[in-house]
Amino acid sequence: MTVQQPPLNILLADDDEDDRLLFKDAFDEIKIKTNVHMVNDGVQLMHYLNNPDQNLPDIVFLDLNMPLKNGFECLAEIRGAKRLKDISIAIYSTSGSEEDIEETFVKGANVYIKKPNDFAILKKILGEVITINWQYHTSGLNRDTFLLSL
Amino acid sequence: MKIYLKYDINVVCRKVLEEQLEKLNLQYNILGMSELELKTNLYNGQQEHLNKALKEYGIEIVENQKSALVQKIKDTISEIVHLEDKLPNAKISSYLAEKLHHSYGYLANLFSEITFTSIENYVIMQKIERAKQLLTIDQLTLTEIAYKLNYSSVAHLSNQFKKTTGLTPSAFQRIINKRRNATLS
Repeated sequence: MTVQQPPLNILLADDDEDDRLLFKDAFDEIKIKTNVHMVNDGVQLMHYLNNPDQNLPDIVFLDLNMPLKNGFECLAEIRGAKRLKDISIAIYSTSGSEEDIEETFVKGANVYIKKPNDFAILKKILGEVITINWQYHTSGLNRDTFLLSL
Repeated sequence: MKIYLKYDINVVCRKVLEEQLEKLNLQYNILGMSELELKTNLYNGQQEHLNKALKEYGIEIVENQKSALVQKIKDTISEIVHLEDKLPNAKISSYLAEKLHHSYGYLANLFSEITFTSIENYVIMQKIERAKQLLTIDQLTLTEIAYKLNYSSVAHLSNQFKKTTGLTPSAFQRIINKRRNATLS
């Protein structure tokens, strides 16, 4: 008999439906078991996270450019909330500017993904992020210094 | 009188599992003949209880023995990388094999199967973890860190740091310092 680890809970916030499908496909192909939940914008995201009955995700993938509430605002709100401090935050954006990257890290992001155009590369990157986050999760590594730029 | 029985081993096993898991108040999904998913992690005591309860019926938890060995591998690597002031020169592969009484090949395969990463990558990850700590808390120079962690040169350390985190050691240090200043002010 084999007993499995509980799956990794992933929350994805992105206003673009194609992107959401792409991420879902990528997560489905990763060996680590995942539960993926998706929201369409920053307001929905914060509403989801602030619901006290909600099982919190292990990692949030956050699109920097979203309507209503953008990724920067969500990042600041999440990092300002004690209850949400154990969640890893992975920012992704089409921007690869050094300033954007450094600013998101300083504001508390753990992962910065510069969105590639190629689906195969994106899948590989997401696999890496999930695997590394899983290592942090299962090996008691220090999340305060968990920074990864891809 | 003789009675003839016909039974479905699947149903029997499922029933046994259900009864035992419920006795321990565990939330579960039975996924198939030899696989089940627990909704939460087991505490140490719970795991022992479950092992014992199932053993009565000839059911053994396989993964946990493997997981236990993987945990030992991780602990041993942590000891070497984090507890020693300076990493020993000896190869980690032979140290692991000797300490855990298994061939390195066996340990390496098992490790990849359970953790989705290789022992080599795990060691690198732990060394970079230590480097982060030495860099931001102990404020050591890269030269000192390279020496402590047995890198042949500062360039080798910097490359591996960049490859693992996507950031140069100096960018990393700058970000952590800025974060600290932001929380202090």
